[in-house]
Amino acid sequence: MGFSIYDFSDFINNIHAFLSETFSPVAGNIIGMVIVAACFLGFIALLGLSLVYIERKVCALFQQRLGPMRVGKWGTAQTVADIIKLIFKEPLMTKDSDKFLFNLAPFIVMIAPVMAISLIPFSKGLQAVDFDIGIFYIVAVSSIGVTGILLAGWSSNNKYSLIGAMRSGAQIVSYELSVILSLLTIVVLSGSLQLSVIVESQREGWWIFRGHIPAIIAFIIFIVASTAESNRGPFDMAEAESELTAGFHTEYSGIKFAYFFLAEYVNMFIIAAVGATIFFGGWMPLHIGNIEFFNNAMDLIPPVIWFFMKVSAIIFLLMWFKWTFPRLRIDQMLTLEWKYLLPLNIMNILLMSIVVLTDFHF
Amino acid sequence: MEQIVFYILASMIVIFSVLTVTTRKILRAAVYLLTVLLATAGFFFLLNFNFLAAVQLTVYAGGIVVLIIFSIMLTSHVNERLEATGNRKKFFSFVAVLAGALICISTILDYGFKEKSDIEINTSMSKIGTDLLSYGDGGFVLPFEVISILLLAAMIGAIVLAKRETQN
Repeated sequence: MGFSIYDFSDFINNIHAFLSETFSPVAGNIIGMVIVAACFLGFIALLGLSLVYIERKVCALFQQRLGPMRVGKWGTAQTVADIIKLIFKEPLMTKDSDKFLFNLAPFIVMIAPVMAISLIPFSKGLQAVDFDIGIFYIVAVSSIGVTGILLAGWSSNNKYSLIGAMRSGAQIVSYELSVILSLLTIVVLSGSLQLSVIVESQREGWWIFRGHIPAIIAFIIFIVASTAESNRGPFDMAEAESELTAGFHTEYSGIKFAYFFLAEYVNMFIIAAVGATIFFGGWMPLHIGNIEFFNNAMDLIPPVIWFFMKVSAIIFLLMWFKWTFPRLRIDQMLTLEWKYLLPLNIMNILLMSIVVLTDFHF
Repeated sequence: MEQIVFYILASMIVIFSVLTVTTRKILRAAVYLLTVLLATAGFFFLLNFNFLAAVQLTVYAGGIVVLIIFSIMLTSHVNERLEATGNRKKFFSFVAVLAGALICISTILDYGFKEKSDIEINTSMSKIGTDLLSYGDGGFVLPFEVISILLLAAMIGAIVLAKRETQN
């Protein structure tokens, strides 16, 4: 089997051919799907573990502390210990709550990021599904998650949960619009919704540089709106500890709480991955004009490394926001979206269309 | 394989549709409805109509069901149970359902579906986009514009309704 770190398509095709030869084509297909699903589940678990650790370390960095240091070298085993604790905790249930919906809600919240992650192009040929509706599909499945949050708040039979869920719901539904419109701005530029095509169209240079002013505005709106959409600080009014305890997941404990926690971090990864793919070229190395030796040197770094470098940079940015900015009030938050971001976004798309039509971009 | 997926989706739709109308808790009805709508999106994926599937997910699962859940959350409490319907109502709704089902089934059986395997349906995103905005043969620009105006009117109407009246 030819394995190359630069291009996975041969490797994947070989595995596929091997599976359909050894078993029947149908069985080979099913086994392939199971392998992919297992890979993603493992990846999501690993992602949750590492992102929680990174978040705590970044938080400590901004607060001039050391963060977790006791469990394992530099506290690296801290999150593993936390997970073991969460698994053995008693799953509590409030009196008179709707037990079926209460137990169902964490799964609905989790389904959305798991469905979206399959479209992320990790490297050349390393993409589970490649729909021609790409971004639209990601946006569509992400909109399912809000149902789980609303159900969690309602079925807990607790007024704090209910108010927290209402706020989260209103926030997610409104900021979703800005996320979609800011992504559309770049779709105008690339002319396709398919993620692999969008990555390929950035071979000459990343859209954030080539689309100059409107692309930069779109990126700023994207990062603000998606921070709000994932309910992270400074937009975490829904779970403001001082007045609403923990928002919609107040009544959840043990492993069900871990689901909500995991969903938040997987969502953060998806936001970073989509942002990196749309604005920063996904796995495409940094190319500047016709400087041969520079471009060749950049090509030496494997695409997977490029992808994860960009994703980590955006994740660091999101964590930076959370631990630096003060929290917004709920009405300020909705005002920001409906009165400022949305009109700005629509004008930005218009500007981008003019730029594309007059060939003003690089 | 496709048939197995089809039967799974079809049985999901049947079971959850029945549950939607028989459950006594209103929010559970909304969740069962969500499952039915998701399964319908699954059908579109099975038929390779990816665009339609994503529209189904955004508009129904992400929009309408969220709207329904929001309104339920604002108006009812978690312990509330709907009253059981009386026998008269049950009987008449059963008759109505039976009549509707008979009409549908007889129409489907009457219509001679022709088997065709050589037609290629282009459901790519760019084709849909160009068709939606073309005014030539098979273009959909007129319905598209009419719907845009309708949506704009609905949006303005919603704002006017929701706007608080200023005191003098």
